[in-house]
Amino acid sequence: MWALRDKYAIAGIGHTDYTRESGRTVRSLASEACSKAIADAGLKLDDIDGIISFNFNDSAPAMGVATELGIPRANYAVDFQSGGNAANLITLTATAAIEAGLAKNVVCFRAMNGRSGFRLGGGRDMNARGVTQYTAPFGWITYPQAMAMWRRRYMIEYGDDDEGLAEIAMTFRDNAVLNPRAMQRTPITRDDYYNSRPIVDPFRMLDICLESDGACAVVITSAERAKDMPHKPVYIMGGAYGGGPNQGDDLFDAIRWPDHAHNAFKYLGDDLWKSAGIGPGDVDVAQIYDCFTYSVLMALEGLGFCKEGEGGAFVQGGRIARTGALPLNTAGGLLSEAYIHGFNHVIEAVEQLRGVSGPRQIKDAEICLTTAGAMTCASAMILRN
Amino acid sequence: MSYDKPLPVPDPESRPFWEGAKARRLMIQRCASTGQYQFPPTTFCQGAGLERPEWVEASGRGKVFSWIVVRHPTPKDLYADEVPYAVALVTLEEGCRITGNLVGVDVDAITADMPVQVAFRDVTDEITLPVFEPANAA
Repeated sequence: MWALRDKYAIAGIGHTDYTRESGRTVRSLASEACSKAIADAGLKLDDIDGIISFNFNDSAPAMGVATELGIPRANYAVDFQSGGNAANLITLTATAAIEAGLAKNVVCFRAMNGRSGFRLGGGRDMNARGVTQYTAPFGWITYPQAMAMWRRRYMIEYGDDDEGLAEIAMTFRDNAVLNPRAMQRTPITRDDYYNSRPIVDPFRMLDICLESDGACAVVITSAERAKDMPHKPVYIMGGAYGGGPNQGDDLFDAIRWPDHAHNAFKYLGDDLWKSAGIGPGDVDVAQIYDCFTYSVLMALEGLGFCKEGEGGAFVQGGRIARTGALPLNTAGGLLSEAYIHGFNHVIEAVEQLRGVSGPRQIKDAEICLTTAGAMTCASAMILRN
Repeated sequence: MSYDKPLPVPDPESRPFWEGAKARRLMIQRCASTGQYQFPPTTFCQGAGLERPEWVEASGRGKVFSWIVVRHPTPKDLYADEVPYAVALVTLEEGCRITGNLVGVDVDAITADMPVQVAFRDVTDEITLPVFEPANAA
């Protein structure tokens, strides 16, 4: 269990514009986000001695970003090859690196030309190797196709209809309307949801997140140092990373996963809450990894916000709206703000806890949950101000 | 016309599976000490040290555990003529799960736990893909 409660903080944040075609190298996107995050923390380049990222072979190496920026001593420069499940893992890893004395101030980033460059699950590889040889030859290639298999199983087990998913899509879009950096800001109705194009049953277009070019970065430092930096520190209360049995070769490989109605959050919830010393009822606002509408249900159920199979009902009736008991994805989420592989959720969490989210600010937000990942492994953090 | 879709690249772990498919046999692995059947194949038995699983021919019968129906083709040019098509996770009688296309059934008529059986489709001179069809179709 993660054991550094309140000892580390997010002291700086930075991001690029979120677009469909950046026209720039991924490295330059990363450098921009990191440079802004370092400046936001009131630090100089020679204060930074760690840089961590994660990628799907679609990013820029941490060392390359350190080089472009001119960080003189990037002692702890590490790249994780991982999916969105790493969006909180890399920040937790930064705290561990600092605790171990490997670095003092660490910048964490995710950068991608996810729309104009490398599109996840593009399906162009005609030679299906490894576990992909048991999926791609059957035309089972994209992430919507992967997650639809989980969603179907949930429907089989619980008889869920799509009303909860419609509510999620509409609510997050409603938040994005108030967010100038969101890529999709046109309100949608329940009819718009049901009439959106069938992509892969049981998913419609509006169940599926955006594809984006952009980058996000945060600076992690000790709580002590953060107190002297320009912004109110956002403390890392708790965190967890993990999965269940049979996580498979990659995020697509869930052939041996025990039960597709439940994802990794079922397995890491206890560790997460114990690490922070709080429970689901203490959360003021949450940023849930919404690569698909359905993944929100599995996260809420797995982390104990509601019972298994009841997520669809739980999210209705205004509960997850800005004025509800559990406001979710206040920037619009991956569904409507942007898909920077979940890292944009961390930016929004920090802004909510700094109280600078403008018209979408949740009043008196003190504790924010962020989650990352939707399938066989995942990560989560609990942040407070 | 040559086959234009992704093809499996057999490796030391998977070769018996693909050779089996070519011979119209659905091959899976079984760990002798635990009696567990497994798919996809691995070199070592799960949870049994360095014990190596044996290859056995599966019954080819199973039930639909979950399925998807692809409506929007991706990549578009490769699958435009195929949609709608179904992909299933099938729980075999032996207890392990396997993937494959579900054919010989209207994609809107697929149901959970529907009994299915394996069939085989030669797609190139080297590669034969297993498919699943309703068990009563034979």
